[in-house]
Amino acid sequence: MAELDTSSGGGKKGGKVRSKKASTRVDLTAMVDLAFLLITFFMLTTTLSKPKAMDVIMPDKDEKTKEQEPMAASRSMTILLGSNNKLEWFIGEPGKSQPTTEGYGKDGLRKTLVEKGKEIQASTGKFMFVLIKPSDKSNYKNLVDVLDEMKITNVTSYAIVDILPSEIDLLKRDGNY
Amino acid sequence: MPRVKVQRKSTAIDMTAMCDVAFLLLTFFILTAKPRTEDPVPVDIPASSITQPIPDDNVLMLTVAEQKVFFTVDGNDIRKQTLNQMGDKYGIKFTVEEQTKFSGTPIFGVPMNQLKQFLQLDAAQKKEYKQPGIPNDTTANNELADWIREARKADVALHNKALRVSIKGDNKEEYPTIKKVIGILQRQEVNKFSLITTIRTAPKTN
Repeated sequence: MAELDTSSGGGKKGGKVRSKKASTRVDLTAMVDLAFLLITFFMLTTTLSKPKAMDVIMPDKDEKTKEQEPMAASRSMTILLGSNNKLEWFIGEPGKSQPTTEGYGKDGLRKTLVEKGKEIQASTGKFMFVLIKPSDKSNYKNLVDVLDEMKITNVTSYAIVDILPSEIDLLKRDGNY
Repeated sequence: MPRVKVQRKSTAIDMTAMCDVAFLLLTFFILTAKPRTEDPVPVDIPASSITQPIPDDNVLMLTVAEQKVFFTVDGNDIRKQTLNQMGDKYGIKFTVEEQTKFSGTPIFGVPMNQLKQFLQLDAAQKKEYKQPGIPNDTTANNELADWIREARKADVALHNKALRVSIKGDNKEEYPTIKKVIGILQRQEVNKFSLITTIRTAPKTN
């Protein structure tokens, strides 16, 4: 794309030698090429979707004081995370009520949380408390999924707790360990 | 009749406006770009519906994948200070050159006794080097806990801010590894931390 020289022309026969006026226009093509190349590079290397941070607050684990406040079993729900993306949940104390095996997601855990939350609210007048107990066979994704469900279903009181051997037995019995 | 001469038009286009826009965009992308730190192991982070973005600075990140833990802390000065404190604790003297190299290393996962050797490698070799992860046994050899503690101390000393701890875990990571890391944090009374997730795109099917 060469610039056409339109400034000169004529005046060949004149006696005076006129100084040729140089064009002030700079050819910007190469500069634009370079700029767009760099834009493309930076666009492709920047991560547009910034990772999100999910805040987790763990219960204060004081190794000296063993006593813990008792909690009404009637309004606690325990979720056991097993292997193969399966979980089991039950209301109340372990062994007293039959655990239900379920999957994660919209039709599984989320539905249960909403239903049980309402039931407990209706029967006791207080909010539901959820204990999340990941077993050694569960993976990190399962934990994040459950925590996410807590947020989606507006369960504000929940805790990640270590699993008990009797609860591992429950998982084993149902083939989820 | 003379022939009508067709005026020949210049084929040059005025590039000034285009150039302006291009450089404006370029400036924007350069300023917003944050060099992506390459993870030593592939980490597939889980999705969630959380929309709160991770804070820009003052973050200590523990990358957990393949049963290994890698350590990241923001800020060259904090890294340097942390290294010096760790050196004092383990009786290892780091040269100025090593300190500079360490402050330019965004992520690492080697035990203390291999750290000097690791710092000697150049960028390409570091990529090749199989990092064994920071030892995080619950008993005697718990270097990860020391790293976290020293980094927190360094941040308080230098910036008088409390370091935010976050865990970046792989989807397939088994829970015991995560549990160990959380346990380490809890013993230092870091009860509030964040888990790094991405935004969920496709609706979940299972």
